[in-house]
Amino acid sequence: MNVIPNTGVGKTSVVIRYVGGMFSKAVSPTIGASFFTYKMTLDSYRVKLQVWDTAGQERFRSMAPMYYRKANAAMLVYDITSLESFYDIKDWVKELKKNVDTPIVMCLLGNKSDLESGRKVSTADAAEYANSIDALFFETSALKNTGIEDAFLQVSRQLIKFYETYPNSGLGILSPQQDVTDIFSSSSENVRLPTRENQQKTPEAEGCGC
Amino acid sequence: MAALGEAEQVVATTDSDQGDFNEAEAPGKSDDAPFFPSDSIEELIYDDLTEADHQTLHKGTIHSIVRQTSYDSRSETPNTVDQDTPDISAGEESLEDSAETQVNSNSISVGEQEECLDAEVEDEEDVNSPNWKNQKKHVFILSESGKPVYSRHGHEDKLVTIMGVMQALVSFVQDSKDSLRSIVAGKHKFVFLVRDHLILVGVTRGTDSTQQMLLQLMYVYNQVISVLTHSQLSKIFKQRRNYDLRRLLTGAEKFFDNLLNLMDSEPGLLLSAVRCLPLDNQVRDIIAQTIVQNAKVKDLVFALIIAKNQLVTLVRMKKYYLHSMDLHLIINLVNASESFKEAESWTPICLPKFDASGYLQAHVSYLDSDCQVCLLLLSVDRDSFFTLSECKDKIKTRLTRYNALEAIDSSLRRKSYSTQQCGITDLRHFLYKARSTAQYTSPELEAPYCLPGEDERLFGMYQYLHHRIHTSGRPLKILFHVGQYETLLGWVTQGFELYAVFGPLVTKTGAIHAVNKLLRWIKREEDRLFILNSPTF
Repeated sequence: MNVIPNTGVGKTSVVIRYVGGMFSKAVSPTIGASFFTYKMTLDSYRVKLQVWDTAGQERFRSMAPMYYRKANAAMLVYDITSLESFYDIKDWVKELKKNVDTPIVMCLLGNKSDLESGRKVSTADAAEYANSIDALFFETSALKNTGIEDAFLQVSRQLIKFYETYPNSGLGILSPQQDVTDIFSSSSENVRLPTRENQQKTPEAEGCGC
Repeated sequence: MAALGEAEQVVATTDSDQGDFNEAEAPGKSDDAPFFPSDSIEELIYDDLTEADHQTLHKGTIHSIVRQTSYDSRSETPNTVDQDTPDISAGEESLEDSAETQVNSNSISVGEQEECLDAEVEDEEDVNSPNWKNQKKHVFILSESGKPVYSRHGHEDKLVTIMGVMQALVSFVQDSKDSLRSIVAGKHKFVFLVRDHLILVGVTRGTDSTQQMLLQLMYVYNQVISVLTHSQLSKIFKQRRNYDLRRLLTGAEKFFDNLLNLMDSEPGLLLSAVRCLPLDNQVRDIIAQTIVQNAKVKDLVFALIIAKNQLVTLVRMKKYYLHSMDLHLIINLVNASESFKEAESWTPICLPKFDASGYLQAHVSYLDSDCQVCLLLLSVDRDSFFTLSECKDKIKTRLTRYNALEAIDSSLRRKSYSTQQCGITDLRHFLYKARSTAQYTSPELEAPYCLPGEDERLFGMYQYLHHRIHTSGRPLKILFHVGQYETLLGWVTQGFELYAVFGPLVTKTGAIHAVNKLLRWIKREEDRLFILNSPTF
């Protein structure tokens, strides 16, 4: 048994960099899971990403299925300076494939690419692995803000493609301009595509009642 | 009773001739409080603690909510906890005494133990560093087999040997069907708490009494349960006795650190009472009603707002109450986690007094941009994040519209209140706990107690008063203590506990008049200082 949780690979930093556009060295370990939303327009689709940023610690591992069960995309983040975090990805991929039956976009992210001198995972290895599991692959740095934008954009594009190819797949209720993504996990980003329009309107409608 | 150098007057009964102690009215009294009116320090009877955990921990509550069991499941609800609250005046030996007798009966003198501790630690660099030795309070958690789990100071890895010694001491005494409770050596107190699968050891050279240390260890143990649940803890250690628990607690160290810091400064944990943010009655009602109306969600058990370690409001499911100890763990969770400030979070938390066997899911979010007002929605439904997230949006919108967030914010900025507002000369500071509601109030720290070191000294005096009054061997009702720099008065009745600090020259009659006046002031302010009703969904 050597399941060392891939904590500290920088999941939260990646998400915060993308959603909030900033980087903080003092990001504290996530407790449970944090939820972010991000809206953008891409190729005439209005995309709403719903991102679950989950805690990497072992004790939260049992919670993971809660987040990826209904997800449409998973971002698997490892730390290029840690071989272990890269090997752990393989377990996650296995788990995802076993438990998620709807099509899912996977994206492998090698974070901390600014720490080139401490690199333990070669780009070629990672790319080859990503290819073998049919995943997108990027090397990113939340510190220098490289690759992250690209990664999220490509994931979104893939999702739209998914939607166009299988309009009736498990993603189902997706309304044409809405596309919702969840990310999560020590490593995973998930997308979920319920119609959020109704839900968003309700509070306002009710608001008038008071 | 006169103490050395300092005069002390103990009134063991209320029918004294010392003045008018009028205990008819306890301000902040309510029959409809959201908390258990229980006192953790009084529940700390050692023999109960060492019994199997299923006696003292509560289980099945979550299960019964999920299954929507009928009303006759009262025995499962935490409501009935109090009936086994032990009677503290039952002539129990003081812990220190009994520890000494035990140690003696096992023919180890305290001195020898010290030596053997010292000898063992010689070759440990960390243990030998003066910095480590000079720490005022140490707390260690180790597994039953002696594996280090947590140490407040230093790195547990380097403390393997000393933890081995602790484990050896505990199991040596256990072998003779006895239990090691505490060792007193010079200024140091070593307090041991053995629970299911874990040994907790506290070492202090501060003002904490043995019993207060025990309470703190209980808190630390409950913090472990809060992270892991009792079921998970048992399961792991049943499978592998020598499991390294640190793996599961990765990232939880900060909860222990923060909890221990809170315990050194926050009187609420000592008093087993909750501090409420002073707020106008109507405003608080509006906040509670807003939550009730906008969070009508099945399986939502508690909804609460916390601001700067103070409770703003608490809405609960009918039949279920929150224990102050559980609330302190929730406050600790919020206080210790920076990550909640970045986004809405969804995290499991176990409340040991509520149900030690399972997790509640907590939706945690801040309602203001400064991240001071924190809303927690605790549910038994693992899949209700999105529902609760909508509730949160509605609650936030309404509270903003009713200016309630502003009211909370201005109360936070005004700080609490000054002792002067009570209009009592010579009164420097006080703690007042309403026992029926498990809430307490106290003014801001002001000169001289806001100076560094002085706040600690004040807290030490409260610990001393609290200890003297609650000593299990000889509980007191009133204690008048003339110290070098100030005079202390502690007074405990059925309805309240009051600890007051006066200038050094105050007379006993003066102090009694002052506290009676103070009680009247608190009574006038009680609507603002306490939560006297308990809204339910």
